[in-house]
Amino acid sequence: MRITQGTFSYLPDFTDDDITAQVQYCLDNDWPLSIEYTDDPHPRNVYWDMWGLPMFDLNDAAAIMYELNRCREAFPNHYIRINGYDRRYGRQTTALSFIVQRPKEEPGFRVERQEFADRQVKYTIHAYATDRPSGMRYES
Amino acid sequence: MAIAVKADGAQKSRWSAGVTPYAEMGYYNADYEPKDTDILCAFRLVPHDGVEPIEAAAAVAGESSTATWTVVWTDRLTAHEHYQAKCYRVDSVPGTDQYIAYIAYDLDLFEEGSIANLTSSIIGNVFGFKALKSLRLEDMRIPPHYVKTFQGPPHGIVMEREYLNKYGRPLLGATTKPKLGLSARNYGRVVFEALRGGLDFVKDDENINSQPFMRWRDRFLYCMEAVNKAAAATGEIKGHYLNITAGTMEDMYERAEFAKDLGSVIIMIDLTIGYTAIQSMAKWARKNGLILHLHRAGHGTYTRQKTHGVNFRVISKWMRLAGVDHIHAGTVVGKLEGDPNAVQGYYNTLRENKLDPNPTQGLYFEQDWASMPGTMPVASGGIHAGQMHQLLHYLGEDVVLQFGGGTIGHPDGIAEGATANRVAVEAMIQARNAGRDYLNEGPEILARAARWSPALAKALETWKDISFDFTSMDVPDAVVTPTF
Repeated sequence: MRITQGTFSYLPDFTDDDITAQVQYCLDNDWPLSIEYTDDPHPRNVYWDMWGLPMFDLNDAAAIMYELNRCREAFPNHYIRINGYDRRYGRQTTALSFIVQRPKEEPGFRVERQEFADRQVKYTIHAYATDRPSGMRYES
Repeated sequence: MAIAVKADGAQKSRWSAGVTPYAEMGYYNADYEPKDTDILCAFRLVPHDGVEPIEAAAAVAGESSTATWTVVWTDRLTAHEHYQAKCYRVDSVPGTDQYIAYIAYDLDLFEEGSIANLTSSIIGNVFGFKALKSLRLEDMRIPPHYVKTFQGPPHGIVMEREYLNKYGRPLLGATTKPKLGLSARNYGRVVFEALRGGLDFVKDDENINSQPFMRWRDRFLYCMEAVNKAAAATGEIKGHYLNITAGTMEDMYERAEFAKDLGSVIIMIDLTIGYTAIQSMAKWARKNGLILHLHRAGHGTYTRQKTHGVNFRVISKWMRLAGVDHIHAGTVVGKLEGDPNAVQGYYNTLRENKLDPNPTQGLYFEQDWASMPGTMPVASGGIHAGQMHQLLHYLGEDVVLQFGGGTIGHPDGIAEGATANRVAVEAMIQARNAGRDYLNEGPEILARAARWSPALAKALETWKDISFDFTSMDVPDAVVTPTF
C-alpha cells in the first residue's frame, strides 16, 4: 500500500534534484519551507511533528536540503513531508506539501464498520501502524 | 414609440399627468457621479427602431427602480431623486446596433443579504420591456457595503483545502455516468473505483435526485461505503457530492442531515432550486461543516446569447454572495460554451479578493470582495488528461477538474482512468514548478510520464485528438479571441 497524501504521491519517488527544484520554486515565490515527520499516517492527522520551526529566514535550497537530510538521519523510517507556506493576505495557508520519505513498508488502513439502525453504517478508518506506540511503529 | 415622444411633441412638465420620457424624469443623468456605496450595472441593450438609446437606457433604469409607465403624483411623497436609478453613461458598441448602458442604484433599494430581492429589482421587470429589442445584464459592481450583508461561501477555497489536506494542485473529480439509470449499488461501484484510482471527488449529476431507478437514501448509503473504502485504500480524504436537490426545502434539509449523519464532507445543490433555497443551504452548510457544491443547471438558457439574459460573470457574483463553495464555471477546452478570456474573468471573479476592470476578460467594473472567501470554480464537461497543460494554463491551480467520461471511459477501467488523470496533473505541476515551459511542452511532459504510467499511456492514446472546436457565441467586446 502507498498512501497518496501530498501533491506528488502518484509520481515515482523524487530524487534529491527533484526535491531541490520544488524547494526552489517555493523560495522563488517567497514561501518559507518547513519539514514535518510522523509515524501516524491517518488522513486526518493534521499535526505532523515539526522538524524545528518553519525556516522563515532560510532562502537557500541547499540549506533546506541539509535540514531535510538531518531529519532523514533522525527518522529514517518515518514519513517526512516538505511544506511551502504562503503568508499573503487572503491565503495564509499551505501552498505546496509533498512527501519526500516513506517507511519501507506501509501497512495501510482498515475500514471499521459499526452497523446501525436503518441500514446506516458508522465508518472509521484505522491505520494498522498506530496499533503500536509512537516511535515503535515502523521498524528500520 | 409612446415612451419617447409626446403626441404633440411639446415639452411637458415633470409632474403633469401622463407619459414623460424616462430620461426627462431623472433616470438619465450624464453628470451623476456614482457613489462608493452604489450598486452599478452594465446592460447591453438594443433599442427598438425609433427609440433613442439614451431613452431606452433611462427606461431600463426607471423600470428596474422606481418608475412605472406614467407619471404618478405619489412620487412626490418621497425623496425620489434618492431612490431612482440613474443611467450615467451610454456607449455604442462599434459595428453593432448594441449599446452598453451604465446604471447606478442606491444601496437603499435593496434588502440586506437577499439575492432574491436584488434580482427582483435588477432583472425583475425590464427584460420583457417592449421598447427594447433585447437586453443583457453584462456585469455588476457590488460595493463592500452590500457584500458584507451576505454570508458568502460556507468555507471557501482556503478552508476547503485545509479541511481536505490537499495543496498545490487542482483537485480532481468525475461525474458518475451514465447519469441516469444506474442502481444505487452499481452507482457506488463507479464512485469507489474512481476514488481509489486517484480522484478526490466523485459527483452526482444535476438530474440525479431521487428517481424510481435509484432513491436518494439508497444512493447516499452506497456512496458513503465507497468513499470510506477509498479513503482507507489511499490514506486520503475523499468525497462524493451528494445531490440533495429536491422539490421542497423540507426534503432538502432531510437529505442534507442524512448526508451529514453518514459523514460526507460535501453536499451538492442545483442552480434550479432558486436563489433563496441556495442561501438557506449555504447557511446550513456553514452551520454543519459540509462543503457546498453548486451545479449551474439551467444557466445556459439565459447566459449564452450575447444580446440576451444575464452574463455568467454576474451569476458568479450572485452565487459567491449567496454562498457556495464550488460552482461550475467553464473549461475553455471542453464541450461546453466558454471563450478563454471570458472564462478567466469568471474564475477571477470567483477566486480573487479584489479585481480591477478588465475589458479583455469582460469585467466592466472593479470589484472588492472585502475578504469574503473565494468560491472554487469547477471545470466539467468534455475534458481529458491529454489537455492537462492547457487546463492548468487557462484555469490555474484553485479549480476542480472533473473528468467524467475521461475517467469512466478509460478502456482499462474506472480506477485506471482516475490514475491517468492524477498522474497527468501531478506531472504537469511538477514540471511547471521546476520551471518548464509546460504549456508548449505539455504533450512531451505527458508522453514522458506515460512511459512509466500505463494508465496515462492508454488515456492519451484513447483521446489523443479529441477537442471541441466551435466558435464561442459570447466573447468580450474588447478583443477577438481564440476559441477552443
